[in-house]
Amino acid sequence: MALLEVHDLKTHFRTDDGIVKAVDGVSFSIEKGQTLGIVGESGSGKTVTCLSIMGLNPKRNTISSGTAMFKDMDLLSMNSRQLRQVRGNEIAMIFQDPMTSLNPVHKIGSQLVEAILLHRDVSTKTAKARALELLKAVGIPRAERGIDDYPRQFSGGMRQRVMIAMALVNDPDLLIADEPTTALDVTTQAQILNLMVRLQQDFGSAIIFITHDLGVIAEAADEVLVMYAARVVERGNVDILFSRPQHPYTWGLLGSLPRLDADVERLVQIQGTPPSLLNPPKGCRFHPRCPYVMNICKQEYPELRVGGDDPNHLNACHLDQETKDREAAKLLAGMMAEAS
Amino acid sequence: MFRYLIRRLLWACVLFIAVTLVTYVIFFIVPANPANLVCGRACTPQRVKQTEHFLHLDQPVWKQYWYFLKGLVIHQQLGRSYTTRRSVNSIVGQAAPVTASLVFGGAVAWMLLALPVGILSALRPRSLLDRGAMVFVLIGISAHPIWIGLILAYFLGFKLGAFPISGYCDFINPATDCGGPVQWAYHMFLPWMTFMLLFAALYVRMIRANVTETLNEDYVRTARAKGAPEWRVLRSHVLRNAMLPVVTMLGMDIGIALGGAVFTETVYGLPGLGQTVVQSLSNFDLPITQGVVVFATLAIIIFNLVVDLLYAWIDPRIRLA
Repeated sequence: MALLEVHDLKTHFRTDDGIVKAVDGVSFSIEKGQTLGIVGESGSGKTVTCLSIMGLNPKRNTISSGTAMFKDMDLLSMNSRQLRQVRGNEIAMIFQDPMTSLNPVHKIGSQLVEAILLHRDVSTKTAKARALELLKAVGIPRAERGIDDYPRQFSGGMRQRVMIAMALVNDPDLLIADEPTTALDVTTQAQILNLMVRLQQDFGSAIIFITHDLGVIAEAADEVLVMYAARVVERGNVDILFSRPQHPYTWGLLGSLPRLDADVERLVQIQGTPPSLLNPPKGCRFHPRCPYVMNICKQEYPELRVGGDDPNHLNACHLDQETKDREAAKLLAGMMAEAS
Repeated sequence: MFRYLIRRLLWACVLFIAVTLVTYVIFFIVPANPANLVCGRACTPQRVKQTEHFLHLDQPVWKQYWYFLKGLVIHQQLGRSYTTRRSVNSIVGQAAPVTASLVFGGAVAWMLLALPVGILSALRPRSLLDRGAMVFVLIGISAHPIWIGLILAYFLGFKLGAFPISGYCDFINPATDCGGPVQWAYHMFLPWMTFMLLFAALYVRMIRANVTETLNEDYVRTARAKGAPEWRVLRSHVLRNAMLPVVTMLGMDIGIALGGAVFTETVYGLPGLGQTVVQSLSNFDLPITQGVVVFATLAIIIFNLVVDLLYAWIDPRIRLA
């Protein structure tokens, strides 16, 4: 029994211009203690997927459907009271920009204490002790003093550590990290990533890691979900997906990784731009940008199906298996050649 | 903190001198001789000369200003009225409580209206309440205080007879036939309503905009992600941040209005600073005009300081240095 099982999640927003289908039929599951990476370009629906699970989309103009079974309860059909008991308690979230995610007028300590007292019936003193313990665990130097500081007194990396501490303070079963390292500089990124990997071992939480950094995925994830234009295009075990990628979009992502040793003037890119979700292209949504496009791609959306040897490795592409294997091998051979 | 206060105090002195000096200069640009007015129509040129000398009007402007400053700094006296020879201190002292009643009562009234309407409009955008508030705001911003005052006085005061149309009753010691808190509030009701309609419009807009903006902040989403109930999110995370600009505006508006709410006081015949200053201007009674200006300047300086201190208390990011 999976910890979280999302089935056919659809999140649509009503806007003045029409209905934006930000998430359009996404399914995935995550086991206890596992790490699921969600990759994709900006606007591919990664963040909205997670906000939908947490029930944090604006109610006014959101239409959601599908199920998200978390420990036998459907998060999507919960009322706001039930959801509040899950949020920050069993499922916690870390956001992209640590500079704006902490309230500037409250002390670090009281923001952590608030998170504890919302879910635990303990004294403020106990809560503060717990907050201090977590601040130490995430490596805040002189945490005894830092607990009474305001967010502005902390750097971006330190604030993200505080966000992590705040998320872990109630021992959640699932941690959703929405691009937790994107807004940080490279050395801090590595520190935060290592910290999260280490804390996952200590706390045993499952993590959903949203990112557009394939390096982060390779390092931290067990399973990978590749999203494009509100849908899943490929999904599978991290080693298998990286060694035998099956979808042209995934090839594009892997091919566009910059390499230090390659002496190239320009970075390789996927031609074109992601489609508008107000009016997505008919058939496969990647077809206007796909170098392998065939007639069928413009007519029919390819369903997710098994490709390759692993039964859990799914992809949504009309190409025949032979071509996929050949192209994937070519791409990887090219990457290896550059690396050696 | 201490250094900050000292610096603010020095700035206040500079501001004070600038404002009073400008008042003096403007007064003497106007081609009229107060001595003529004071002395009366039947005065001989010789009597006018004597009056001029008596009022120091025959001396250069800078010297008159110097007398004014000396009197104020050494004796804390604003001088005496040209026409009635009454001490300006007591004139201002009598008019200030009237204006203060109007302004503070009005501020309470307009905030009581603007806070809930502004917040609810932000929470339920495009709702009936929000749209209704928009119409109200448009009327309030477009209307002139004299018009609002007259309309209220006509319908509530004259037609319904529910409230007195003019006059002022003292809060504490009854100087005339009426007095005490009840009579005071009863007489102030229509002026307060006028103030409320006038200012609530601006404040509803301002509060709505600030709350809407703050609701979109990342830290509000963080608070929700922690599992905080909506009312707690609003109180502890949204309002505290959204109220900062409102506090500034409130402080400035109160400071400015304390210098005399000329229109409202005129409509309701309130003997406040606004009426006093208008009268003094038509009498060319410089010491009274100057007295009100001094009082208004002080009010604005003090309220700006209060706003700054409040700011630092609300938002720890702001440090006074």
